[in-house]
Amino acid sequence: MKVLVPIKRVVDYNVKVRVKADQSGVDLANVKMAMNPFCEIAVEEAVRLKEKGVVTEIVVVTVGSKTAQEQLRTAMALGADRAILVETEENTQPLGVAKALKALVEKESPDLVILGKQAIDDDNNQTGQMLAALTGMPQGTFASEVNVADGKVSVTREIDGGLQTVELSLPAVVTTDLRLNEPRYASLPNIMKAKKKPLDTVSPADLGVDLTPRVKTLKVEPPAERQAGIKVASVEELVDKLKNEAKVI
Amino acid sequence: MIRDQEMMTAFLDTVSSFVREDLIPSEEAVSEADAIPEPIVKKMRDIGLFGLTVPEEFGGLGLTMEEESLVMIELCKASPVFRSLIGTTVGIGSQGILMDGTDEQKADWLPRLATGEVIASFALTEPGSGSDAASIRTSAVRDGDDYVINGTKRFITNAPHAGVFTLMARTNPEDKGAGGISAFIVDAKTPGISLGKNDKKMGQRGAHTCDVIFEDCRVPASNIIGLKEGRGFKTAMKVLDKGRIHIGAVCVGVAERMLDDALNYAIERKQFGQRIADFQLVQAMLADSKAEIYAAKCMVLDAARRRDNGEDISTEAACCKMYASEMCGRVADRAVQIFGGAGYMAEYGIERLYRDVRLFRIYEGTTQIQQIVIARNMVRAATA
Repeated sequence: MKVLVPIKRVVDYNVKVRVKADQSGVDLANVKMAMNPFCEIAVEEAVRLKEKGVVTEIVVVTVGSKTAQEQLRTAMALGADRAILVETEENTQPLGVAKALKALVEKESPDLVILGKQAIDDDNNQTGQMLAALTGMPQGTFASEVNVADGKVSVTREIDGGLQTVELSLPAVVTTDLRLNEPRYASLPNIMKAKKKPLDTVSPADLGVDLTPRVKTLKVEPPAERQAGIKVASVEELVDKLKNEAKVI
Repeated sequence: MIRDQEMMTAFLDTVSSFVREDLIPSEEAVSEADAIPEPIVKKMRDIGLFGLTVPEEFGGLGLTMEEESLVMIELCKASPVFRSLIGTTVGIGSQGILMDGTDEQKADWLPRLATGEVIASFALTEPGSGSDAASIRTSAVRDGDDYVINGTKRFITNAPHAGVFTLMARTNPEDKGAGGISAFIVDAKTPGISLGKNDKKMGQRGAHTCDVIFEDCRVPASNIIGLKEGRGFKTAMKVLDKGRIHIGAVCVGVAERMLDDALNYAIERKQFGQRIADFQLVQAMLADSKAEIYAAKCMVLDAARRRDNGEDISTEAACCKMYASEMCGRVADRAVQIFGGAGYMAEYGIERLYRDVRLFRIYEGTTQIQQIVIARNMVRAATA
């Protein structure tokens, strides 16, 4: 069984990002980049399925600049077998990426697509759902548990107020939540071995997709600075303030 | 020499994530328990840290000296106790086999060292001989196809965990100097080896040293490194030359960490209505530390590159070890000073690092020994 794992190169989660002076976006100059943490979880899940003998091949893919090869290599160091880079210098957006992934799904015919529920840069939480819609595959989003058996995948989803388990026929799209697994480190010997694994580069034109952005960013602003808090004398006062001032209960 | 920049970046990413997510959060507990928890040791093995210097053909990474130095700088942003556990296997404990061992000896030990299945220790120092390595008293007397070893080795790092020792012993009692010494590979399970109690140290709690006592310990003659008697001292000196660059890198890593901690504290801490980082006297300490770390890092990487190019770096390695360890001591002292009263309290961690780094000016040749090495080499070169 083949799994396709789409990943994204984003600013490392430890970096405190700064908004550019012209408010056109976040300053990426000399900023450490890394694989999106939810994507790491997706790769880890695919690798675990392979270790269990459920999966035979893991293909990792990203849509982005040439530098995103670093993240593809990391994914191969973690256990993916080969990688595909859809190379573009465009500012990638969920719909464009989903279309590129659809083209790859048609080409590769994976039994399962596992991807992060969202990327920590734009926090869109859309690509997986859009891919499912475009391909007509069933989707199990926000997975905290994934089990594959008998041509089906059972996905336990983290939803408001609890967990929901759905069963999907393969091929299917699964998006990963934070608690699905704890990703391993890419070991140094495996980083070396990953250099020898195949990495193919294709252009959006090869796939017949147009990645021109559809959504225009008007302005980016940092969040408002947090105001100093106050101390309350009693639980009664706290409840009163929550009810009447903050109006949250 | 960095063979592949992209791969090096990936190595350092793995090490820095491990430092940030696993090592730094457990530093205090490691110090309290005087032990590194097994799950962390397992991760160190899984990541491949024990195999940094073992050649690829024997299952390691075969890092160049420059690559090894960069990994050490990154790893030592966590307590140097973690580095200590891999240090002897990556460095002095294995390098004798690697540099001068026969193909059989390499094939026998290096794959197990690379995976961390076996930890290697370097047994040179004795109660009566430290840097005066040529006056070693531990004896190895030929008896048939074996040598019978008697003597005591002192302060042996990782001895309680070691699966194999690189042991220096005198095989020729007639030769009282360096020429009478041979290097042996000794399986730690060999009958006749016993360990003393773990030493109580000033710092580096979680890293262990102890005496190793050899009593009629019988080792096959085929375990002499390179199968040649009388070459042990030369092997030891080569091993220590390389080790000095490694320790220099360790000092840079810990110093960078301490300066980071001090800088963050200086930015947080307010006195007289402003951040202490804005006071010029504090700034002087920050700036001096930054410049000295930069100097030491440049020295370490330059010496490493020269070694990778095949140059004789005996003098440069001693310069690195001397300067970087003294620098690290000064940075530790300033960091505690910037923390003020908090710096003296265990809770803030900086006093622990202050105690940990005191060792760097002492082991693998004190600063004074490095001075002698450097100056002797200078005089020798000028009068040759």
